[in-house]
Order: sequence, then structure tokens, then C-alpha cells
Amino acid sequence: MRALDKKLLRDVMRLRGVVLAIALVLVGGVSTFIMSLSTYDSLLLTQAKYYRDYRFAQVFASLKRAPETLARRIVHIQGVDKVETRVVAAVNLDIPGFGDPASGQLVSVPDRGEPVFNGVYLRRGRMVDPASDDEVVISESFANAHGFELGDTLSATINGRRKELTIVGIVLSPEYIYEIQPGAVFPDYQRFGILWMARAPLAAAYDMEGAFNDIALSLTANANVDDVVDRLDEFLRPYGGRGAYGREDQLSHKFLAEEFNQLETMATVFPMIFLGVAAFLLNVVIGRLINTERDQIAILKAFGYTNAEIGWHYTKLALMIVAIGLVGGVVVGIFLGKGMSAVYQDFYRFPFLQYELKPSVVINAALVAVAAGLAGTLFSVARAVRLPPAEGMRPETPTEYRATLVERVGLQRWFAQPTRMIMRHIERRPLRALLTVLGIASACGVVMVSNFQEDAIHYMIDVQYGMSSREDLSVSFVEPTSARALHSLQGLTGVAHVEGFRSVPVRLHFEHRSFRTALQGIEPGGDLHRVLDKDLKRIKLPAAGVVMTDYLAKILGMRTGDWVTVEVLEDSEPVLRAAGFARPKTFQFADVLAASQPALRVPLVATTKQYLGVSAYLQRNALNRLLEEGNVINGAYIATDSRYQSEVYTRLKEMPRVSGTVVREAAIAQFNQTMEQTILFFTMVSATLGAVIAFGVVYNSARIALSERGRELASLRVLGFTVGEIAYILLGELAVLTLMALPLGFMFGRALCAYMVSQFASDLYRIPLILEPDAYSFATVVILVSAIISGYLVWRRLCRLDLIAVLKTRE
Amino acid sequence: MFTTEVNGVVFQARGLTKVYDMGEVQVHALRGVDIDLYSGELLVLLGPSGSGKSTLLNILGGLDHATAGHVIYRDRELTAASDSELTEYRRYHVGFVFQFYNLIPSLTARENVAAVTEIARDAMVPEEALALVGLGERIDHFPAQLSGGEQQRVAIARAIAKRPSVLLCDEPTGALDSTTGIVVLEVLERVNRELGTTTALITHNADIAAMADRVMRLADGSIVDVHRNIEKKPARELRW
Repeated sequence: MRALDKKLLRDVMRLRGVVLAIALVLVGGVSTFIMSLSTYDSLLLTQAKYYRDYRFAQVFASLKRAPETLARRIVHIQGVDKVETRVVAAVNLDIPGFGDPASGQLVSVPDRGEPVFNGVYLRRGRMVDPASDDEVVISESFANAHGFELGDTLSATINGRRKELTIVGIVLSPEYIYEIQPGAVFPDYQRFGILWMARAPLAAAYDMEGAFNDIALSLTANANVDDVVDRLDEFLRPYGGRGAYGREDQLSHKFLAEEFNQLETMATVFPMIFLGVAAFLLNVVIGRLINTERDQIAILKAFGYTNAEIGWHYTKLALMIVAIGLVGGVVVGIFLGKGMSAVYQDFYRFPFLQYELKPSVVINAALVAVAAGLAGTLFSVARAVRLPPAEGMRPETPTEYRATLVERVGLQRWFAQPTRMIMRHIERRPLRALLTVLGIASACGVVMVSNFQEDAIHYMIDVQYGMSSREDLSVSFVEPTSARALHSLQGLTGVAHVEGFRSVPVRLHFEHRSFRTALQGIEPGGDLHRVLDKDLKRIKLPAAGVVMTDYLAKILGMRTGDWVTVEVLEDSEPVLRAAGFARPKTFQFADVLAASQPALRVPLVATTKQYLGVSAYLQRNALNRLLEEGNVINGAYIATDSRYQSEVYTRLKEMPRVSGTVVREAAIAQFNQTMEQTILFFTMVSATLGAVIAFGVVYNSARIALSERGRELASLRVLGFTVGEIAYILLGELAVLTLMALPLGFMFGRALCAYMVSQFASDLYRIPLILEPDAYSFATVVILVSAIISGYLVWRRLCRLDLIAVLKTRE
Repeated sequence: MFTTEVNGVVFQARGLTKVYDMGEVQVHALRGVDIDLYSGELLVLLGPSGSGKSTLLNILGGLDHATAGHVIYRDRELTAASDSELTEYRRYHVGFVFQFYNLIPSLTARENVAAVTEIARDAMVPEEALALVGLGERIDHFPAQLSGGEQQRVAIARAIAKRPSVLLCDEPTGALDSTTGIVVLEVLERVNRELGTTTALITHNADIAAMADRVMRLADGSIVDVHRNIEKKPARELRW
């Protein structure tokens, strides 16, 4: 081994404290990068494999009722590969020992063999006996929420008749990775579950023998989803089709896709910030480290080493540090990535997990780290070799100290010599001081960004459930019903107040953009469900026109005053006939276009601030008019007296027309849980890594300052200064820089949070930029604790300063 | 690489000037120095601190640039040389010995010498160079484990191992007591005699001048006196 290489190894050993601190910063950056991206890639891969292995369909539609023969015609639609029909029914459930209202969806399984699409993964037990009319298999999340075991029973109200069902199997399904009750924002596994049942008995119960009310398709390789959806709509229209949709509008998939989008944002933005900060710090600290080596560089130069040889020597030093950080970061990253993937696997209930670490992820991390390390090294080496060796061998002490600004304005008598030394040292090397400040500030920002979401989420809940959705319960009816149904709700003991609503699935069109959502007709003077403007003031719904979530208006590219075209995705004929109304015109978008009537065009009159979901609101009677129906509702918001809550639940369960109930408290709890399991877990890990980075920065700053000024400080000790006094000079400077960095860090952190927020916006929720004082104080605490620990470690070194060596060696 | 020329001129410097710009003040370290250095001679440059001797040596060694004037080494003009030419010059032609040894602390004596021999042409093996300076046994010690005299001898071994044409020594005994200093001077004397290496030695210690072929006195950036010793005193007979 060449002598210089030995020097390298020994230097690394000698500088191990600094080397490890720098490597630690890099470990923080790289492991976040590896963890996030590998988790994201693993989830995508697992999802894809899950969808493929369990044959998740590509186009879905539900309808009123169609004969089985229709399916044989649908298969001939160009682009359709296979077709499978099902019978699906919403039912109310009565779960032993669970007082709250619960509902479920019964899905038929084929009489023979496996389903063509949307296969289920059997966790425990067996599939249902095709001949049995009282066996079900249920989803695992629902089973776990209630602690169901094989052989347990629950009762369901199937088409008005109560039926005892026995659980024979517990399954997972790619179609219901998320089980979200219609009308709910988040899944609530206690109050909503999916149950699979043999087709024959289910069909018999709903008069669906030889018929179906749900269909799923797969497509050929080159098929156009939109074309197939349009053609399918045409086929199903006469049979009460509710609008076909592709995978991207399938509820569970959409929810999952949104979650994955957010994860992707987190998995790219977070680690980019972390790695960027780590790279910056690496650059700074390696640069400073090289600077302390400048006399050795001068010696090597004096002996005739070329600049390239010296550059390569220190490049190797930097690469070794980078390598330590990289290897550590990859190992920690894989460990955390596997752990986090497992958490998500559990959360999403994937039957298996395919952990994937793409080589490109590691390569990218390595490239960034190496580039940052090299930049820092080469810049400093270039600076060092530019000096003539004779000058390089002298310690780097530009003699141009001068009185600082503070002193020049005449405040010097307030400061003792050591304080003046601190101020002059900072002022003499403003760039170095600035870099240190920037380093600490970026660490502070990283800690803030990993921590801010909790505040924002609490704020979201406050706005959503405290100011906007103030009802205790919301119930939806099996079918649109006369508003008279409100009286029976109002009459229940414990119900304080009731407001009806009419909700209709629609596709909204503006210019070339469209969006599938629900149009909500609510009471204009309603007290329970309020629509808020951007200052969170209540908006009074105007008599005509629609109010949209600001986010929806943005998706559609609409401004107040534009007219939105409404395509109704509900066939309301039967109920209206049943209710005794005249046969109304059915509205279909194609008709609107064909007839080019202005009929279903509605002006956008205002936008509303909403953090959760995407909706459009108008007055209920305006919606009724628009749909050319009478005084009709299909759900109600209820305020209850908490003393009578269970009575209300019991009574609601007995109402056959009530198909779903969303309990506000449960929704909040559910929302919190979802957030905790996904985002907050992620941010907690990131916050930890952010703290590691912060510590690395502060420690490095202190440690390198020590090696830069060790001689000076030792000289002061020789002159009779105590350890405490010289520590004040060194650590006082660090303290000043740290305190200067904090406000800058707050600004940086806030900017990062704003960026995150803009990246996070999705159909599901928009996180507001809310930074409570605790986000600032947490970041402050992390930085200050890092500074104190670093100060302590440096103090210990100050106690061991070799005074004799200072006297002996040159200067 | 040492020269066998007799009385050939190795260095020829004319009008060497060096001004350090210290912000508000300018410090004249050299004020138009003329100097010739002959092959194989041992030249002692005497002068108090601040007289410009180190600056002169650094410029001759290619470690620093002159503000004005010329230095010709053999047939090349150092003052016009590029950075890479100066590097090559230092690498193959010059050996340095500094007052504070400037050993690389993380390398042993042998490795410190090897760091130089590895990049030189026709170099000695480190052991040979260390034997020449009388450090046969302690070659695997780190600088911190060696006495000052030993460290300086390692530095000399490091300087001569490449068989340089010129050896430039800046206060080689400045950090040593007289007994140790004399041991170091004996080594330099021996190298000059046995290898014929042209040696320039700067010191503020007038007693050392007795061992030189020629003595040059500097004061305030100018040469004030040059004289040739009729009779050189062996280093071991020096006292201070």
C-alpha cells in the first residue's frame, strides 16, 4: 500500500469523530431516500401483483336489473375481453354486542368455480357452499374490527327480511382494499363491511334469478377505457345503469391511488429535501475538514506532488466518508423500508408483500452523495493548492481582524475580550459563519417539515367536523324518498334536530374536463351541514346555482360565473313512480349533448373551503327541480342527544329504508387512525431522521471549529484562561450561530411545508398550511438539544487540549 | 540526480524582490537580491528573523513566487515557470528541510520517506535514506514517538531520498538543542560531502556559518555580505 493511502486510512481513524458525524448526516439523508422510495416501489409492485393474481377487473358498472343474456351481448363490445355479472346488495347489519348502526355490502360469488374477476384471497376458513343460503365469508378488516371468528354469526336485513348469517371464511379482496361506505370519507371497518354470499340465494332474495345488477369487465390489450365505458353505458341505460366507470374511478382503487400519490409525494419530496440538505452539509463539512489539512497539502506540494495527485488523495478521503454514510444509509434504509412496507402491508391488507429496492434508487442516492462530497472536497482542495506551498504551510490566519460593527458603534465597553473574540471571529469569516447558519437552519427546517402535519391534521378535523359537518349522524336511504320521511326521524327519542339532503352521483363537465362526484342538495338555512368560504365564514346557499369545493373548481378549471354541465348518474324513475309522481324525464349526458338543451347547466356561484373530499352543493329544492322530481331526499343529517344515542341507533337499525349511517365521532376517530397509520408514522420516522441530521450538523460545526481553533484556544489556556473561559469563546460562537440559524430555519421550514402542502393536495384531502407554535418549539428543542450535546462533547475535548504541544510546534 | 559539475552554477538569481501585501501595509521581504549558488557547495545564509532568508529559500525552492526579478535553475527560468513546471521541479530536483520538520503525523518515519520516494525517479529505498541519517532502528515509529532531533533526521532522509540536486534547509536546527542540532548538521554535512548535493542552509545562528563553503548575510531583505571560508570547520566541532 502506498504511503499516502496509509495516511488516508490513519487520517480517517484519527478523524473518526468528525467522519462519523458527517457520515451520520448522510445516513439520515440516504436512509430516508432508500426507505421512502423502496417502500413506495414495493407497494406499487405488490399492488400490481395483487391485482394481477386476483384478477382485479378494469371496468365496473352497477344497474337496477338486467337479464343475464345482456352479458353475452356486452362481451362483443369492441375492446372487451371477459365479462362477469354479479348480484350486489346493500344491507343493514346487526352485530351481536355492537350497538352502533352498521351496514354492509353483500356480493355474490359464482355458483361454480372461482370468480372470473375480483378473486378473493382466503385467509382462514373456506369459501361459501354454493347451495347454502346462510353462509358468508367476510373481509378481514371487518372481521378484525369485531373480533369475528369462523362459525360466528351476525344478522342482516336482506330485502326487508332479517337473516342469520354464519361466517365460514375470512378473506381479502383487491376490489375492497378500502371498504368505504357510500357517503363516508374514510373507511370505518366497524360500521361497514363486505360480505360474500352464494349467488343463488342472494339472487333469489332480490328477485335477480337469471339477472344481475352488477357487472365487471376486463379489456383487451389496446382497448380504450372511455370508449368501452360509453358503449357499456348505452347497453345498460335501459336497465337502470348507474354509469360505468374504469378502474381509476373504482372507489377502493381510487382511494388507494390517492394514498399512493401522497406516498409518492412523501417518498420523493421528503428524501429529496433530506438528501439535498445532507448533500449541502456534506459539502460544507468536507470543505472545512479539507481546510484543516491545508498545511499537509502544502507539504505534499513542496515535495512535488501534483495538484491532481493531491486532489485525488483527498477525493479518496471524501469518498471513504461518503461510502461509510452510503453503506450505513442503505442498510438502515432497507431495514426501515422493510419495516415501513410491512406497516403499510398491514394497513392496506395486502395478502403478501414484495419488497423491492430498485438499483436505480441506490445509484441515485450514491450519485447525489458522491457529487456533494466531491464538490466540497475539490472546491477546498482547489483553494488549498492555489496557494503557494510556502504560504500554505503557514497557518491560515488572515491577520485582518478588525473591530466589529458592534464595537465601531461604540458598544465595546459592554463586552469583555472573549465576547469580542466571538464577534470578531464571526465577522472575519462571514461566509463560513453563513454556511454554518444555513446548515443549522436547513436541519431546523427539515425537523419542522417532518413535524408540521399533525397540527395541520388537527386543524382539518376542527374545520371539517367542528364547523362544517356538525351533525352527529348522517343516514342515507336505500332509495330517494319523500321528505316526509324526516318526520319519522324527527320523532325518534333522542333526536334533537334533523335536516334532509338529496345526494346524486354525477359527472360534472366543464370544457374538456370532467369529474365524477356527488351533487349535494342541502337545506339552505341548515344548521348541521354548513358550507364555508375561504375565511371559514358560513356561505348561505343561493337559490340557484352551485357552490363547489375550491379544489374541484380548480380541477375543472372553473371560475365563479362559469356554467357547469351536470351528467346525472342515477336513474330515479322507479322511486318517483312509487312515490306517485309523474314520470320524469331521465337525464343523460348524451341526451343533453344530442339535444344541446341548456337543461342541466348550472352556474358556479361560489367556491367553498373544504379540506376533505370534493363536493358540489346546491339548495335541495333547487336540486329537486333540476332533477324534475318532487320534494325528495335520500338522506338526513341528525343531531342527537348523547344520552339517548344508543336508542337512536337501535331505532335506526329497525328502519329498513335506512341503508347506511355515518357516525361523526367514528368518522373523526377513523380519520385520525388513518392519518396516524400512514402519514404520521411516516413523518415520525422522518422527524427522527431529521433530528439525526440536525445533530450531525451542529456537532460537525462545533467539532470542526475546534480543530480549526484548537491551537489558539490552547494558547489561551497557556496564558491562564480556564477551560470554561475558552469554552465560552468556542461554544459562545456556536451558540450565537445556532440562535441566528433558528429564525432562518423557521422560514425555511415554513417554505418547505408550503411546498409539501401544494404537493399533497388530492381529491381525498388538502392539508392546510398550519404551523402551530409547537412545530416551532419542537424544531427549536431538537436543535438546542443537539447543540447542548455537541457542546458537551466538545467541552470534553477542550479539557484534554495538549498545552505543551502548542508551545513546541511552529506558528 | 546530483550533479558532478565542478563549480557549475546551479542557481542564478537577479534582482529578486518579494512584497507581501498585508492589506493596508506592504512588507518588503526581499529588495532586489542577486545570488549565485554553485554546484556541490554548502552555502549558509545568515540573518536575523525577518531578514528575508526564508522568503529567498522558498522562491529558490519553487514554493513561492517572486514579485520581481529572475531565478534561473540550470537552464530554466523558475520565475517564469508554470505551476505544473514548478511541481515537477520540486518533485525531481529539490529537497526541503524545515525548521518544524513538517512530517506527516499519520505516517511512520519509513512511510514519510516513502511518500516522497514513491513519486520520485531513481530514488533510494527509504531504509537506505534513513540509514544515511543514522535512523536505522526507529524507522517504524510515528513522528510523535520521535524526539525533535530524530524527527529532523527523518525530514532530512525524506529530503535526500530522491537524490535531489539541491537541498534547501530552513533553520534545520532552530527547534533543537545544540547537541541535537549538531547531530543534524553532521548529517547535512555528510550528505553534502558524500552525495555532493548542493546545499543551502539558512539560520540566524552565526556559529553554524563556520561549516559552510560560503556564507551570505542578509539584513532587511538585502544581501549585506558574502564571504568564503578558507577553512571549513566540521560540524561536530561547532559549539553554541
